[in-house]
Amino acid sequence: MSPGTRTKLVVLGALGLALVLVPFLLPSAFHLRVAALVWINATAALGLALLMGLAGQVSLGHAGFFGIGAYATALGPKHLGLDPLLSMLLGVAAAAGLALLVGRPILRLKGHYLAVATLGLGILVHLVLVSEVAITGGPDGVQVPRLVLFGWRVAGPEVWYAITGIVLLLAAWIALNLEDSSTGRALRALHDSEIAASVAGVDVARHKLVVFVIAAVYAATAGGLLALFNRFVTPDVAGFLRSIELVTMVVIGGMGSILGAVVGAALLTVLPQALTLFHDYEHAVLGLLIILFMVFLRQGIVPGLAGLLVRRRPA
Amino acid sequence: MAELVQLLFAGLTTGAVYALVALGFTLIFQASEVVNFAQGEFVMLGGMVTVFAYQAGLPLPLAALLAVLVAVATGVLLHRLAIEPAKGATVVTLIIVTIGASILIRGLAQLVFDKQFHALPAFSGDAPLRLLGAAILPQSLWVLGGAAAIVFGLWLFMERTLLGKAVRATAANRLAAELVGIDTRLVLALAFAVSAAIGAVGGILVTPITLTSYAVGTLLALKGFAAAMLGGIGNPVGAVAGGLLLGLLEAFAAGWISSTYKDGVAFLVILLVLFALPHGLLGRRAVERV
Repeated sequence: MSPGTRTKLVVLGALGLALVLVPFLLPSAFHLRVAALVWINATAALGLALLMGLAGQVSLGHAGFFGIGAYATALGPKHLGLDPLLSMLLGVAAAAGLALLVGRPILRLKGHYLAVATLGLGILVHLVLVSEVAITGGPDGVQVPRLVLFGWRVAGPEVWYAITGIVLLLAAWIALNLEDSSTGRALRALHDSEIAASVAGVDVARHKLVVFVIAAVYAATAGGLLALFNRFVTPDVAGFLRSIELVTMVVIGGMGSILGAVVGAALLTVLPQALTLFHDYEHAVLGLLIILFMVFLRQGIVPGLAGLLVRRRPA
Repeated sequence: MAELVQLLFAGLTTGAVYALVALGFTLIFQASEVVNFAQGEFVMLGGMVTVFAYQAGLPLPLAALLAVLVAVATGVLLHRLAIEPAKGATVVTLIIVTIGASILIRGLAQLVFDKQFHALPAFSGDAPLRLLGAAILPQSLWVLGGAAAIVFGLWLFMERTLLGKAVRATAANRLAAELVGIDTRLVLALAFAVSAAIGAVGGILVTPITLTSYAVGTLLALKGFAAAMLGGIGNPVGAVAGGLLLGLLEAFAAGWISSTYKDGVAFLVILLVLFALPHGLLGRRAVERV
């Protein structure tokens, strides 16, 4: 068994185990709903982890793609009478199209310039969602019809838990295969040095574009799922803070680690739910925790813990 | 003509505030390569502390001074407690640290103050001045004059004082600066302090016109960042030019096209500029070493 295949089995096995065990450990409907949210956020974070961890490109506007997926799912049925699932797929296609269109000029940029450009893209999407009140419902948000598959009304936290979990598992499987493919190796190479990679024959621009589009597809898929699951979307799903949340999930979990993205998503989804206990102190505590995590667990949770294990083993 | 002058002044006034935020960004970036997303919170603190100190009975100049001191203390604490412990972390990690700090400061401000919008009285009355048919608020002149004074003062400090030269040396090459005996830790703390003071003064000057609340910092930080990048990061002249340009574009877009998308102008412009000039308007082309 090649090391790549072993990593794949370990990660998918750990994820699968978590998916099966969580309903036994946390049986209440509320907990299942939160867990489904975790899987949705983890799917979006996974795409961003490929972009940031594997290819070394940052996006501070990724919630824009998330928002496109979510709003397409809501607006297709409302204005065009389309099936919600079809609308969601169209939304994913739209996000991919936008990523394809702006990806090439944006990904030419480096470091802070890339950060500000992606930031701008996300804010523009958010602004359109807030401002085009006649179409999007503006800041008040918009209802999403219930998903009906072949006459079966998709409802209940258990069902949504299963759907979101399976999507996450699929997303992780694709991500792991991508990491282990020639594209993955090309991305790692350009992460280290774009010039060296291009000298070695890697088409840097094309590979960056590919991973950017994949990350957009992951985010839009997650956005569509959130819309169907919550049956309501507001422009907040595409906001700047949402983008930062996604980036923080990736970094807190451990950049470049698939499991890390899931752990980061779990932490940043559960934490605000727990912090509502603190009422007014919620924001202050969240900000403080983010700083502490970044200062003391700089590599991220999963690589940090893995490092501890490896260091102990020889002794 | 009247409309043109009106929009010109409106644009320059907001532009001056963006320029101050962008200048603060640049100062910290030069000294430490950190992009400080908490920069907008200094502007918020400047406005909010002045409002509450003034309401508590302090005379306006003293209230303003107190606000600057609070912002400076916040800036120094930010450096000591968050930035310095995270030394050597990646760019993205540092960005998240400063965003965490901005969420923390905003959360605390919401606790200490409140969630309402607040105003300050204009420094020299509300009677508009007439210029070529346009009505100019005297407070606009305070903002423009104050911003100009800060820019000039900062230039004097950087060019004419030993401490300013130490800041520039640290920006140019940190290791070399340490080797010639510059305390770079002090320089970094100083950069955070000065940049906080600049932001706070901007907040105090503009509050009589735009009002303030605990939440005004975020958008200001993002636009200030866009302004700094528009000029080319690490370039103080570019930061001021970028800020003024964004303010003007916003005002004219709001006046002539649509005020709905006013807040989008900055980001649309930065995208278009970067597509054509990947290093900003005045930025130098960086060469990657292999």
